[in-house]
Amino acid sequence: MSPAPQTLSGWGRFPVGDSVVATPADRAGMARAVGGDHGAGLIARGLGRAYGDSAFVAGGTVVETARIDRFRGFDPQSGLLDVEAGVSFAEIIAVFLPRGWFLPTTPGTKYVTVGGAIAADVHGKNHHRHGSIGVFVERIDVMVADGTVVRCSRGENTDLFHATLGGMGLTGMIMAACFRLVRVETSRVTVDYHRTADLEETLTVFEAGDAGSEHSVAWIDCMASGRAMGRSVVMQGRNTPLGELSPEARRDPFGLPRKRVKSVPFTPPVGLLNSLSVRVFNEVFYAAHGNRRRVVDLDTFFYPLDSIRHWNRLYGPRGFIQYQAFFPRKSSLDGLRELLSTIVASGAASFLAVLKSCGPADGAMLSFLEPGHTLALDIPYRRGVIEALCGRLDRILLEHGGRLYLAKDALMDGTSFRAMYPRLDEFLAVKRRYDPDGLFASSQSKRLGITPA
Amino acid sequence: MSRTPKRDDPRNVILVGATSGIARPLGRRLVARGWNLVVTGRDAARLAPLADDLRVRGSGTVASLVLDPADGAAVAGLFGAAAALLGAPPDGIIVCHGTLPDESGALLDVEQTRDAIDASFTSAAMVLAAAARALEDRPGAFLAAISSVAGDRGRQSNYTYGAAKAGLTAYLSGLRNRLHPRGVAVLTVKPGIVRTPMTEVLPAARSPLATEADTVARDIERAILRRQDVLYTPWFWWPVMTVIGAIPEAIFKRLKL
Repeated sequence: MSPAPQTLSGWGRFPVGDSVVATPADRAGMARAVGGDHGAGLIARGLGRAYGDSAFVAGGTVVETARIDRFRGFDPQSGLLDVEAGVSFAEIIAVFLPRGWFLPTTPGTKYVTVGGAIAADVHGKNHHRHGSIGVFVERIDVMVADGTVVRCSRGENTDLFHATLGGMGLTGMIMAACFRLVRVETSRVTVDYHRTADLEETLTVFEAGDAGSEHSVAWIDCMASGRAMGRSVVMQGRNTPLGELSPEARRDPFGLPRKRVKSVPFTPPVGLLNSLSVRVFNEVFYAAHGNRRRVVDLDTFFYPLDSIRHWNRLYGPRGFIQYQAFFPRKSSLDGLRELLSTIVASGAASFLAVLKSCGPADGAMLSFLEPGHTLALDIPYRRGVIEALCGRLDRILLEHGGRLYLAKDALMDGTSFRAMYPRLDEFLAVKRRYDPDGLFASSQSKRLGITPA
Repeated sequence: MSRTPKRDDPRNVILVGATSGIARPLGRRLVARGWNLVVTGRDAARLAPLADDLRVRGSGTVASLVLDPADGAAVAGLFGAAAALLGAPPDGIIVCHGTLPDESGALLDVEQTRDAIDASFTSAAMVLAAAARALEDRPGAFLAAISSVAGDRGRQSNYTYGAAKAGLTAYLSGLRNRLHPRGVAVLTVKPGIVRTPMTEVLPAARSPLATEADTVARDIERAILRRQDVLYTPWFWWPVMTVIGAIPEAIFKRLKL
């Protein structure tokens, strides 16, 4: 019995495609899914937080990892955690934060799976210090096209390791992985806020404070133009040590406030995040954050949007694009300036725009970040308009030696992709070795020409 | 600021059918409370990773025991074996095993009828009989078993399963009546439609009334702590089944349910 296809999208709700969905509960079920008939291809899907079309394949089969979600082991000496691919970062925090352990790095939502985090080689607010999640991954178990599970690491099947890390699920199904958690003394972060007047000052504040800050990120006002372009609130934080907590807070050092999770119950017929509402929000946010120091909890610092369930619905039925660009250090200032002025001129509103300085690359073949800066922003979908805008932005990236993040991409063309990712041929050679018939494919991989359309 | 998990006196509990869709999230909730568990299942290969998972998540002891609940000798020895594994006598049991028969062809088939009733009633009653014997002199102990709203009234689409669950509901009711004076709680769990591997092939799993297994697990956890008698989960099945139960048979027999 073949179930009816379901219409799927990424977190941006654009684009959409119909795939048959399987949700196996164990390795045997996974092998059956890989061995079956898949039409246009097969791709794994975790919690669907990639924004574009990387976790579905129109006309093919999506294998969800929701039930492949067991912890396999933990070594409290080294912090090494062994988990199946479908375990979410939220689960890891729920189990391990009360014991004094936290994720070594985390994206801006905890509702991602370990498999998805590895496939997208996710990064977080500490990238400038440590790099992305791949740095902390010791080994990955991948079910390749013939149904066998291949273990890979920096010492064993290294080709598969460096292709799977950041490989967007195209080398096979990530079944399990081992990575290191880090010790924290409390569930709080001590944050210094600096309000900057323009882009140049923002980059200067990063330069000056990042070396001494474990975490660093800037919220950037993408509506500000002219001399105020790039004005930001830079947040530089460090994990709060136990000794800095009040005696009262010290009784429950790993507690988190019980937040009322708000939800966007349905998709409004038109997007609510338009240039007016975003302009108001940005003015208020900028005005509200002066230069000061605050101690906040981990949820507030790392996952502000997780407190609003289905926030992606706010962009209305047509969805939105998240555009995340990287520029190498030497061209950051010029590239960011050109990108921002193009966005401001287009009038495209961005509610959430985040700028971050980046550290070392981790050796993944389709690695996104290296020393430089990355800017992420939302653009509401408007047919015709957004394609033209993103095309212009892609050209700016190419001119400055930058690249676009695959976990966010929804529109880029294959030529731009090839120019941005110089190790693509090396990646394709590994893919051919483990997946000679091109079984693993997503709508994204077809659009980018990684797999045949 | 407070959300470190609540701890209470760790209990020693047997979770029968631990790999089932409802037992999986339930086991995770119980070990997060610091409880010690013996998890049982028929298939050793599926049981081992589940026990590993619970061991990482919890701070207490988690032991696994391969058990076929239809095997009378094994069921009779269950409490002794669990006590040996935990190093302490169990003071609670949750019976979760069961299969949902495909009744499209089974309803008129003699052998399949027996298998369906054995799977949903006989083996559960055997485990509960053993549990009652082991726990009747332990005030504060509890027994819980997963019955179903399908046992409240037989419908043409799944009356074999419904009849077996009706039997289980009656068995639990009698057991509660007997054990109440001894301070032992008996909980009858009546879930509605739950999205689990057991039900995913049914169109009903896509019904708007279908619930996630973890929601059911959360309700069961709370009902055990409150020493509740009967749990409809989610709660709206109680008024729904009350209405369905009140329909006169002369009308009910004409309905397509």
